[in-house]
Amino acid sequence: MSTTAPALDLMHDEPTGGEPVLLRGGTDLELTDELLAPLWRPWPWFRYALGVTGLGSLALFAALGYTVTTGIGLWGNNIPVAWAFAIINFVWWIGIGHAGTFISAVLLLFEVRWRTSINRFAEAMTLFAVLQAGLFPIFHMGRAWFAYWLIPYPSEMGIWPQFRSSLPWDVVAVTTYFIVSLLFWYSGLIPDLATARDRAPTLLRRRLYGIFALGWRGELAHWRHYRIMYLVMGGLATPLVLSVHTDVSFDFAITQLPGWHSSIFPPYFVAGAIYSGFAMVLQLMIPARAIFGLKDVITKNHLDNMAKMLLVTGWIVTYTYLVEPFMAWWSNDQYEMYDQLIDRPTGSYAPVFWGVIFCNCIVVQALWMKSWRTSAWRIFLVACFIQLGMWSERFMLIVTSLHRDFLPSSWRMYTPSWIDWTILGGTVFFFLFLFLLFLRFVPFIPISELKEMRHEARRRHA
Amino acid sequence: MRSGVMAEFETADALQGAYEELRREGYTRLVTWTPYAIKSVVTALPESMVPWIMLASGLFGGGAGYLIQWWINVRALPIDVGGRPLHSAPAFIPIAFESAVLAAALTGFVAMLALSGLPRLHHPVFEVEGFERASVDRFWLGVDQADAHFDERVSELLARLGALRCARLGGPQ
Repeated sequence: MSTTAPALDLMHDEPTGGEPVLLRGGTDLELTDELLAPLWRPWPWFRYALGVTGLGSLALFAALGYTVTTGIGLWGNNIPVAWAFAIINFVWWIGIGHAGTFISAVLLLFEVRWRTSINRFAEAMTLFAVLQAGLFPIFHMGRAWFAYWLIPYPSEMGIWPQFRSSLPWDVVAVTTYFIVSLLFWYSGLIPDLATARDRAPTLLRRRLYGIFALGWRGELAHWRHYRIMYLVMGGLATPLVLSVHTDVSFDFAITQLPGWHSSIFPPYFVAGAIYSGFAMVLQLMIPARAIFGLKDVITKNHLDNMAKMLLVTGWIVTYTYLVEPFMAWWSNDQYEMYDQLIDRPTGSYAPVFWGVIFCNCIVVQALWMKSWRTSAWRIFLVACFIQLGMWSERFMLIVTSLHRDFLPSSWRMYTPSWIDWTILGGTVFFFLFLFLLFLRFVPFIPISELKEMRHEARRRHA
Repeated sequence: MRSGVMAEFETADALQGAYEELRREGYTRLVTWTPYAIKSVVTALPESMVPWIMLASGLFGGGAGYLIQWWINVRALPIDVGGRPLHSAPAFIPIAFESAVLAAALTGFVAMLALSGLPRLHHPVFEVEGFERASVDRFWLGVDQADAHFDERVSELLARLGALRCARLGGPQ
């Protein structure tokens, strides 16, 4: 796609300087049709990609079915390491799920314009990541069919949830987060679903998109209520994003365990969540950008900004890694000091600890170089390290604090079983499976917002 | 709008010019259909009620969330944990906050739809020829027949203001 005249004004419109956020010229009709094209014809490898991820998802369901029918003993969990893989994966996935709403809501409120091309993408990623996260606590209960006991409903048993424990907070936070993210995502989609309805090549698709568009006509009155609702919802979602991982961190912080009982956990968890979430957005965006030829919609400006966000959150995480052992030493508590200063860096799980430091604190420093921040595949490589690092960080946090109990007689090592690995791998496939369906059937670049942004930019220059 | 005159414009600026001109002429019942929000037209309207509805609902949701926890843990199933107070306000804050956000968001979404008259899968304007471009790259302006100034010659005025074409929605009465 050539950089034609209408695009040039956006280039000068970029307040931060550098590359523009939208290079595509052409008419609104051309832009619309190009962005809708992936909906009408599948890209060449779609079928195979869907098949592979579908098989992986089946492996997940098989492993979960085996767990439910046989029992939780199939997992590597033991006493004292009772949380293990399930909670590591839960925290990892829910953390990934934070970037979507962060990009959509926080950057919306700050009127950051590079948000527009990637927000829908990131929101979908959030939804699918939270779905994966939700699986773990439910199956970790052992009797997944009693999961509804977490909901406060009047039962003849007379039993109610205990709200002075952090676990019900978590249930409410994650459920709320999923519902609000879904609403936010769907609200943003409505105008584009209406566009898809009006451009659909067949009657069936016209009807399907028509139903989901809810009869949207783009009337003045629609926009009047819609715009403000979307903005206020962004305002609500902003503290919500921060609260969700805060609640997750409370699961750890309000216990008495060494390595967990710390007031730094909420900001530490939120920063880590956004760190891994941005990494996941990049891991999905960079291949999609190449497959669908979107280099002029998701420009180097986007990559550059996202890479800078990785640096910022990476440094917050690094800072926490420094403060945590300091606080342990300062507390003069022998259990804290043993866990943080001896067991983590030199104990049985030391390779995990040093892997975390390497992946999360060292690799990301490559992004100081502009040549790395503007090269899609280099950023992709860094993002992979961060993803691995953030998963390992949760492994380190959970397993090292648990495997050395207060009494040496209860010390025990933890090794995940092959079922654990199948479930973890299966969720990655299931996540990608859902994401492929999203790319195939939903307008994944916000078309209406992009046209509005272009119109406003042209107007400012007129 | 169920009946009146509709006109198609090629650009957002042409639509906005015509809209403002008709407002100056004294027309009050004007409707636009656009592929994206035209910021200056939308923000000139009186403010939507949606944020106030969301605020009320959020406050209600937060209060209800708190009260439910209090009733459950203090009245319905009091459990003594190490002598800590049954009514532990700080422990009830996270869920009260989440309930407030959930209630406000759900109500906001429903209120937006209800005030816009949605969902409504079919509408007479969909029958107008060429209207399907209103969600893509064309900008439509409608003058409601119920407008005090309305007469059939408004289409001549619209054409003068740069309309590509005019269409009649619903029959003349």
